[in-house]
Amino acid sequence: MVVKGLLTFASMPIIASTGVTGGPLERKSPFAEGFDKIYDDERSKLSTNEQGHSKMFEETCMIALSKIDLLPSDVDFLLIGDLVNQMTPSNFCASSLQTPYIGLFSACATSVSSLLIAALLTEAGMSTCAIAGSGSQHNAIERQFRYPIEYGSQKPLTSQWTVTATGIAAVTPYKTGYPAIVSGTIGRTIDLGMTDPLNMGAAMAPAAANTLQRHFEGHGTKESDYDVIMTGDLGKNGFNIYRKLLEQAGIKTSTKFRDAGAAFYGDDEDFQSGASGAGCSAAIYFSDVYTKMMMGEYKRVLLLATGALLSPMSAQQGDSIPCIAHAVELIMK
Amino acid sequence: MIPMFITAFIVGGLICVIGQILFDVAKLTPAHTLCILVVSGSILDGIGWYEPLIDFAGAGATIPITSFGNSLTHGAMSEAEKHGFVGVLTGMFEVTSSGISAAILFGFIAAILFKSKGKV
Repeated sequence: MVVKGLLTFASMPIIASTGVTGGPLERKSPFAEGFDKIYDDERSKLSTNEQGHSKMFEETCMIALSKIDLLPSDVDFLLIGDLVNQMTPSNFCASSLQTPYIGLFSACATSVSSLLIAALLTEAGMSTCAIAGSGSQHNAIERQFRYPIEYGSQKPLTSQWTVTATGIAAVTPYKTGYPAIVSGTIGRTIDLGMTDPLNMGAAMAPAAANTLQRHFEGHGTKESDYDVIMTGDLGKNGFNIYRKLLEQAGIKTSTKFRDAGAAFYGDDEDFQSGASGAGCSAAIYFSDVYTKMMMGEYKRVLLLATGALLSPMSAQQGDSIPCIAHAVELIMK
Repeated sequence: MIPMFITAFIVGGLICVIGQILFDVAKLTPAHTLCILVVSGSILDGIGWYEPLIDFAGAGATIPITSFGNSLTHGAMSEAEKHGFVGVLTGMFEVTSSGISAAILFGFIAAILFKSKGKV
């Protein structure tokens, strides 16, 4: 069987619950009301940003599990990832929860890649509850990929603001009344030679457009089938390029096309092109989109998380930025 | 008095504009921009142009980072006159030592007293 990265889930695994947390600055987000917890201290009163990042992961997993009355020992798989070197925040969270764990790195597309793998394990009958999700912590990630916060470096208008947020989803076998994962498309890595790590939206836009077209063609759907088609963190600049690419390919981009990164902080110009980070798409997908599906406002959505697969070393050596986008389709019966 | 402020503002501002153009248009990193300005100041002093600029613009020429390059060359050249080749090495930090020591000392004090935080 040749599937070319297209996935269909006949058993329709569901997202039984979600947990979303944000840092103090994320109070400014119009989506903050839908978050389960907002931290007053981005380090959770611990001594390093990375420890705060791990703590946030752990507590967000516990929030998602508490909503379905499960303990970490009841969970079959923990599938999470972040952007810190070797993903130590995820690793420390896994060490603390003691759940069988695979760390996943798809950069900011991990929200969807983890959800797809959780759905695959559930579809195969090997998981009764799998935790998927991703997170980021502003200070830890900016230090790694750009400059330390205290350096106070200027940012161009195309740059995006890494969010302090974590989004977690608990994936279980089908039950009525919950958003179900029906299909997905694993992205191809697209690299058109962009080298500017302060303009990642433009680098990621072609990957998002490519995966969307493959999803439409592969699954025989079209833009009008969905209530919302939400990309991950293209930001305002990247989102415009993505829409232009789609228009060129003959796909009409109506208001149902949205981008979590462009919308995350509203129109606040302090955040330049908008939000980014592994927690950006996860936080919006698992709070705003999930809630709207539970309430019946959205019946069918396509989530298209985007990731820039660079390392600080590859960027410093002047290499281009390979980008990816993974798609997952959710329906609410 | 007032005309001096104006020339200082314009000259200092123009040096910063050059830095901003290197940063925004040439897409250089902050570190590259800083090094280019320091080296430029050093070269300008070597060909004898930076001192007249200081006479004309005062603080407008001594405050930007180009002045650090100027001081490096200046110290090296004046000590070289007195002590020959060894003077080039000792002279470089003779004039700039106060600036370097101040950066280390104040950086140290700030690091002891404060803990860095993100924007909240």
